Amino acid sequence: MRYDIVIIGAGIIGAMTARRLAMQKRSICVLEKESDVACGASKANSGIVHGGFDPEPGTLKARLNAEGIGKLYKAAKQLNVPIKNNGSLVCSFDESEDGKILELFERAKKNGIMGVSIIDKNKIKELEPNISDNVRIALYAPAAGIVCPYELTIAAMGNAMDNGVDLKLGFEVSSIKKEEGGFVVSSTDGKRVIAGVVINCAGVRSGKISELAGAETIDIMPRAGEYMVLDKSEGVKTTRTIFQAPGKEGKGILVTPTVDGNLLIGPTASLVDEANGKDTTEGGLNAVMRYSQKSVPCIDYRKVITSFSGIRASEKNGDFIIEESANVQGFINVAAIDSPGLTCCVSIADMVAETVNNIAGEAPINTRFNCIREDTHAFRKMNDEQKDAYIKEHPDYGEMVCRCEHITKGEIIRAIVTNPQTYDVDGIKRRVRAGMGRCQGGFCGHSVMRIIAQVRKCRMEDVTKDGADAKMVKGRV
Amino acid sequence: MLIEHNIVVIGGGPAGMAAAVAAFDGGEKDVIIIDREDETGGVLRQCIHNGFGLHKFGCELTGPEYAEIYRNKISERGIKLYCNTTVVSIDNSKTVVAQNRDGILKIKAKAIILAMGCRERSRGALNICGTRPAGIYSAGAAQRLINCYGLRVGERAVILGSGDIGLIMARRLTLQGIKVEAVCEIMPYSGGLVRNITQCLDDFGIPLYLKTTVSKIHGSKRLEGVTIAQVDDNNKAITDTERYIPCDTLLLSVGLIPENELSNMAGVELDALTGGAVVDQNRQTTVDGIFACGNALHVHDLVDYVSDEAEIAGRNAAQYCLRDGSFSTDAICITKGKNIKYVVPQRVDLRQKDNLAIYLRVDKPLGRALFTVKTEKEIIAKKLQIRAVPGEMIKIDINKNQIERVGSNIEISAEALN
Repeated sequence: MRYDIVIIGAGIIGAMTARRLAMQKRSICVLEKESDVACGASKANSGIVHGGFDPEPGTLKARLNAEGIGKLYKAAKQLNVPIKNNGSLVCSFDESEDGKILELFERAKKNGIMGVSIIDKNKIKELEPNISDNVRIALYAPAAGIVCPYELTIAAMGNAMDNGVDLKLGFEVSSIKKEEGGFVVSSTDGKRVIAGVVINCAGVRSGKISELAGAETIDIMPRAGEYMVLDKSEGVKTTRTIFQAPGKEGKGILVTPTVDGNLLIGPTASLVDEANGKDTTEGGLNAVMRYSQKSVPCIDYRKVITSFSGIRASEKNGDFIIEESANVQGFINVAAIDSPGLTCCVSIADMVAETVNNIAGEAPINTRFNCIREDTHAFRKMNDEQKDAYIKEHPDYGEMVCRCEHITKGEIIRAIVTNPQTYDVDGIKRRVRAGMGRCQGGFCGHSVMRIIAQVRKCRMEDVTKDGADAKMVKGRV
Repeated sequence: MLIEHNIVVIGGGPAGMAAAVAAFDGGEKDVIIIDREDETGGVLRQCIHNGFGLHKFGCELTGPEYAEIYRNKISERGIKLYCNTTVVSIDNSKTVVAQNRDGILKIKAKAIILAMGCRERSRGALNICGTRPAGIYSAGAAQRLINCYGLRVGERAVILGSGDIGLIMARRLTLQGIKVEAVCEIMPYSGGLVRNITQCLDDFGIPLYLKTTVSKIHGSKRLEGVTIAQVDDNNKAITDTERYIPCDTLLLSVGLIPENELSNMAGVELDALTGGAVVDQNRQTTVDGIFACGNALHVHDLVDYVSDEAEIAGRNAAQYCLRDGSFSTDAICITKGKNIKYVVPQRVDLRQKDNLAIYLRVDKPLGRALFTVKTEKEIIAKKLQIRAVPGEMIKIDINKNQIERVGSNIEISAEALN
């Protein structure tokens, strides 16, 4: 199969890029080695719309962050992904940290970020009463926000697919060869696609992909970040995202509500090899608890419902790499996308689109492109009367499956059949939050398995957690 | 659709069924049960082992058999059931909003009985390090997959936690040909019933490792193994005792948490010690006309006691309706003293002139123990217990004459006897 463009990697950058490129008349395919989209850094990060004060002035990160904030809010709205402009505070808790806060303020100005201000303790406590009494000053960035990163990825890819983009899951790229007709991209199990342009959005594996294509050496140093998620009862402890002054231990541990109402604390930052990045560690989780306490002392750690570790694709120079390879024409690296990559996902996609146009020439506008994705949360936003009427038409929506998050059978079936489709228990969890609540699927797991089996027309024992090797059970008794 | 019912029982497990029957027999005929599953019985339906009903019916029943007795009582009385129906909210005016395949149901109740049961603590709450592969189940979830669906959860298992469900599942897996490598318990003693340790572990030669936990989970897709380690006195894993056990299944039986999200919505005061509502001896919560019983109130070890307690709640909910809401919530408090983990009820309405039964758990194994019930001035009751362990609930009866004399708060404490 030949495509104008092949994108390697279905994380947030690959998905947003695919969606952006689909606005022009082009054939596009996204290759992903996992069984679902958003399986790398995109499923396990802070989910923050960064205010733009952090990147070094003059870098790509600084420019794309400043441009990206507004673009992200707009795209999330089109995709019907919950996003909340809750603002953020970077706080000092010790005199020695004050200078760092003022430095960030200066940086914000240089980066062209409007609306940020330095606020004093009284104002901070007024905004966030649960913040530690040791707080001194803070950089307040009202434009900052929160968004669910995997939901955004799923929605972006879904919308891209609705507009004609192909997604090939389980396609682990093992070779990229430039031949006369274009690039031949092959997988470990012998599948292949042909591409005019190849875009490398492979996250922690982007160095490897660049190497396969014979392009520049990119030295990705995966960094793991461990997090803890707390029950919704703790999600009210702060309204804004609370950062600590960046110090020698990195950007520090943040405390933030999530768009779904939980409390998220983390991340740590440790260099790892790719294989171990998804392990949580005792030291890491202890550090998350110890340092989050510095910002918000009243967090009830007994309300932790899950913890996770995510890998970030950092590179030694610290800036994004978004450019066509100098030695392999038609091969574009979009690599080293660590923080604030999520905030920049739309501005990165725009930049990639420009690069593609420079290589392949402007393509005509896709007049049938529809930027709106149907709201997958429509049911839960209804009032009782609307729900009643809807259930009468669609009885599956009356059947509660996940009691913690109030997710119905109707919503689960819909998630299974909507682009990008999934038959994995984890895929369902990331799409509709069934199993994401305080019981972590203890009650609804079997029902979700049963529904997947029903829709997929398979046996319950064939249902997987995340991909073919992750069988939920091992046959029958 | 707004409908009215005098008593709405939320949950059709053992507590909800017994409460509804007692309310009906107490004279309040307009009682309904709402349950989210397709039939009543709650967790009993997946408990196919025996040992239920020894206290209540004097014979050993399986879970489904025990449930059947109450299911028959309900149908004999014509008590209305809403199955496959999930309550999504309640408020302090006792309006219940529920949802099923027919739509949204709004029910105005005079009294509500909270009988939602409990849930199992999950892996996330334990902060076990490592990866997140398939093959990690709470013991009850695995029990459901095996007993209700006939699914084989794995081939080789480790069980963390020696609560009763964990012990029962160790035997269940073994009977199914699934090798149970170990049961690990972080405490120096098991939280399960003695009879379960004998019948489920000892009889099958399954090792129980005390003061031992799972310190790491291995495997990227399906579980490949766990690291277990002994713990120090702060429950921290001791690194040089770590040992790797290959397994594809990890079951967690690490505690049960009363389900009280609905109680919170109605503003019911909760007891941090039990995780359930604060109640008086009638099992009335701090919200007038809302009662609580069963594992939603506090976690029981025997279903027989759940039924007893639910009958108290049901009877009093009926009284509440018949007297048209004349109950007062004025009460004295019962608090825990030395060596006591919690007490239920936490309050006593002194106008009630019945004998008082106090249920409690000790916070560590005491062996032979003497329990003392005292006011600020005097000791009003004592009880000698041959064996006091946290896994077994203890009941102390206080004579109504004593209660009548008492005007102040009561404290209960326990002393280990040698």
